[in-house]
Amino acid sequence: MIQEGELKARVFVTLKPSVFDPQGRAIMEALHSLGYDQAADVRQGKYFLLDLNVPSVADAEKMAAEIADRVLANPVIESFKIEVADATIEVADATIDVDGAAK
Amino acid sequence: MTFAVVVFPGSNCDHEAQYMAETVLGQQVRMVWHKETSLSDVDVVILPGGFSHGDYLRTGAIARFSPIMGAVKAFAERGGPVIGICNGFQILQESGLLPGAMLRNRDLRFHCEYISIRVDQTDTPFTTLCTPGQVLRVPISHGEGNFFAETSVIDQLEKDRRVIFRYSNVHGEAIEAANPNGSVANIAGVCNERRNVVGLMPHPERASERRLGSDDGLILFRSAMDALATRGALQAV
Repeated sequence: MIQEGELKARVFVTLKPSVFDPQGRAIMEALHSLGYDQAADVRQGKYFLLDLNVPSVADAEKMAAEIADRVLANPVIESFKIEVADATIEVADATIDVDGAAK
Repeated sequence: MTFAVVVFPGSNCDHEAQYMAETVLGQQVRMVWHKETSLSDVDVVILPGGFSHGDYLRTGAIARFSPIMGAVKAFAERGGPVIGICNGFQILQESGLLPGAMLRNRDLRFHCEYISIRVDQTDTPFTTLCTPGQVLRVPISHGEGNFFAETSVIDQLEKDRRVIFRYSNVHGEAIEAANPNGSVANIAGVCNERRNVVGLMPHPERASERRLGSDDGLILFRSAMDALATRGALQAV
């Protein structure tokens, strides 16, 4: 039985594959200059660790997905992935429209 | 006429906007703290440039949830003229009032320089006094002004004539060499479907006196004054 507050959700936000990542490109070029020619591509992203006071893994997944969609990622340019406990949810293209605003 | 200048924690062009409207144009200005919830007593809303909430998370991402944004949306829905400048544009994108999103500048550099933009559309409250194709000399000051939207969105914007300003050379040619940040189709500014909400990355408010380099930016705010004088002030709700 998992105690409340013990659930940690990990949220990974990255630019969509179709979006050019100038920072990732700069890092890749730096790697090449260091001799890591095998580094074919680098994409930079963001990582968030959420401590959630919710009773179940399902609740944590739901809340983390809502937070990621509404705040942590911008669906115009970014996609996100969530991991809670052992569960992993892949969200390729966020569609939840929390406040009714058309993006 | 009363301009509202919304002040977020980290706004840093709010005083330039105030100075431009109050001192240069002789209009009333109300500085509106982001915790306020009403814009019923103003005619034009300016979301100024800066680094709201330190640009943490993403530019404009946290400011979007400020209490005043509900009033900005309601004001826009009533047809009120809203202009977002630089960070203000980014806030309008994050709020869903304007399309697209800003990526880091293509060359990863912060650009602070005078550039030229071409006015493509004159049927917004901020461009009525412009002539189509008019070139304005205005400064930019941003690290994340690389306008991006999916191709289908860009196509729709072009079809709806919602690209209002494009980076161009002094002759008004929107060529690649005149694109400072990598924006798709040299897009410097767009409007919403109803055309009353306009956002642009350059700073027209910083180009309001010739002795400081340019007064080309004034035409945007003079247009708004002219548009309101012609149409009459909005009824407060």
